[in-house]
Amino acid sequence: MTLKDIALRNIRRRKAKAGFVLAGLLIAVSTAVALLGLIEAMNRDIQQKLEEYGANILILPKTENLSLTYGGLSLGGVSFEMQEIRQADLGRVKTIKNAANVAAMGPTVLGALEVKERKVLLAGVDFQATKILKPWWKIAGAVPTDFGVLLGAEASRILALETGDHFKVNGSELQVSGILEPTGSQDDQLVFARLDTAQSLLHKEGRVSMVEVAALCTACPIEAMVSQISRALPDTKVMAIQQVVQSRMETLDYFRQFSYGVTAVLVLVGSLVVLVTMMGSVRERTSEIGIFRAMGFRRSHVIRIVLLEAGIISAMAGILGYLIGFGSTKLALPFFTGSNSIGVIFDPVLAAGAFAAALLMGLASSVYPALMAARIDPTDALRAL
Amino acid sequence: MSYIHAENLVKQYGTADAAVMAVGGMSFRIKMGEFVVVMGESGSGKSTLLSMMGALNTPTSGEYSVDGLEVYKLGQDQRADFRREFLGFVFQSFHLVPYLTLLENVMLPLATVKMSSKKKRALAEDALLRVGLNGKSHRLPGQTSGGEQERVAIARAIVNEPPILFADEPSGNLDTKTTREVMDLLKNLNEEGMTIVMVTHSPECASYTRRMLRISDGLLVEDVPLNGSKGGIQAIVC
Repeated sequence: MTLKDIALRNIRRRKAKAGFVLAGLLIAVSTAVALLGLIEAMNRDIQQKLEEYGANILILPKTENLSLTYGGLSLGGVSFEMQEIRQADLGRVKTIKNAANVAAMGPTVLGALEVKERKVLLAGVDFQATKILKPWWKIAGAVPTDFGVLLGAEASRILALETGDHFKVNGSELQVSGILEPTGSQDDQLVFARLDTAQSLLHKEGRVSMVEVAALCTACPIEAMVSQISRALPDTKVMAIQQVVQSRMETLDYFRQFSYGVTAVLVLVGSLVVLVTMMGSVRERTSEIGIFRAMGFRRSHVIRIVLLEAGIISAMAGILGYLIGFGSTKLALPFFTGSNSIGVIFDPVLAAGAFAAALLMGLASSVYPALMAARIDPTDALRAL
Repeated sequence: MSYIHAENLVKQYGTADAAVMAVGGMSFRIKMGEFVVVMGESGSGKSTLLSMMGALNTPTSGEYSVDGLEVYKLGQDQRADFRREFLGFVFQSFHLVPYLTLLENVMLPLATVKMSSKKKRALAEDALLRVGLNGKSHRLPGQTSGGEQERVAIARAIVNEPPILFADEPSGNLDTKTTREVMDLLKNLNEEGMTIVMVTHSPECASYTRRMLRISDGLLVEDVPLNGSKGGIQAIVC
């Protein structure tokens, strides 16, 4: 017979009261776990979506002139200045603080060429990086090799070139290895070649016109990445293409704040349930506590019995609350993300946090009832018998 | 040298006009191994006196010592330790903890003692054996008779072998036969050397003791030796 045995026996005897305390803690813990689990899963969902959105940072040569294009309409015949970035400088991007968040970097060289007596814009790209930067691209045919080109749908139509056709540019013979399905963007008008091939055709070896970057950074603001790249490449202009991601992140931030609010309210209500129930339990046991004190239990022993009871119930609430919250997240996630692509994973930190929070809530709310129990005057308690 | 020494013990409840003098200045000495009965009408201050003697109720004034130890000069925790080491209590209504078995009830005073569970169990079983209740140790209090519950209460009071036992109306809820058994039990404990102070209304129960303190209106009005007829009365009605 120890104090722990007394606490356990009392829990078993007063099942309804113990159940009430358990329910109060369970609701708070499981809701908190479910909401935090949802936020975490939605974060991962956004990270995955970021990859689908492709590039979100653009690196351009620094210019002192204003653009003469608006809404795709060129007003000056030349819509961009032919300034370039040195390709060798791009290695510095790998040295920035958040280099690990750079999923892909696609240097692009641009230049005008004459094909079948028509001016076309040739874009030299890294097709490997393009898979990440432009995941929506669908190619009918093959990805170009050394002297192959990929034609945008509109370019193919205007130039009347199909997959397998050959044509000559600046004395080099090129073959159409594939046609890009319509994208609804400017890509439809372009002729794409490998970066080194395009640099050679345009006589721009070692230089690029722009760089597209896909940065996966849900934990840090995209502005931080932009400023880090700007510092690494001081002669360039770095811009974030972030509207879509930002709106999703803002929505998630609102949801996160709402979740924290709901969790705080539930923790408060749960704690009050524990406080009121434990106080009721102590009042019911006044005579019993009087007997304990008469038999030589110290005040600290009485406090330990009450806190042990609260601790045992809270520990159960922590474990069950995490499991229920985990299950609820699994059930609710498809409704929030609209797909089943993101799973809920066991998070040991959240599990430990739920356990610790339940224990803290239960014990903190039971401190006052425990002190109240310890202050019971054994004489008064025994006189009331 | 006296074992229990009370000097001008006073207990007053409330203040000014609402003040009630429960015990109005009592002095007495009880030697080790005595069996003392405290008698008096209802409201005379018997239970207040017993609670002060039991280190449960701090007197308003006066001195109280057990074995030379000034009980009310001890701190709260030390007084709790004193109760555990020196005192056993038997209450009128048994006051067993209903969700613990008889054996666990008897083990309760040992719950805060650093001792192996095996030894605690052995001591509790021995105490139950002494009160004649071996074999029923795993029953709950609600599954036993009043007499059996009283025996368990006595077993609980003696499990840690305290030198002093306080009994408050131990036969108050018992029939004649059971009362006799309980009084025989207390007498045996006294004969084994335990100092017993018992509060009762019953002259018959008092006849088991060797000394009577009679109280009236919070004052000690009589302190007389009794013959301690050792339960020889066969048909007592307490």
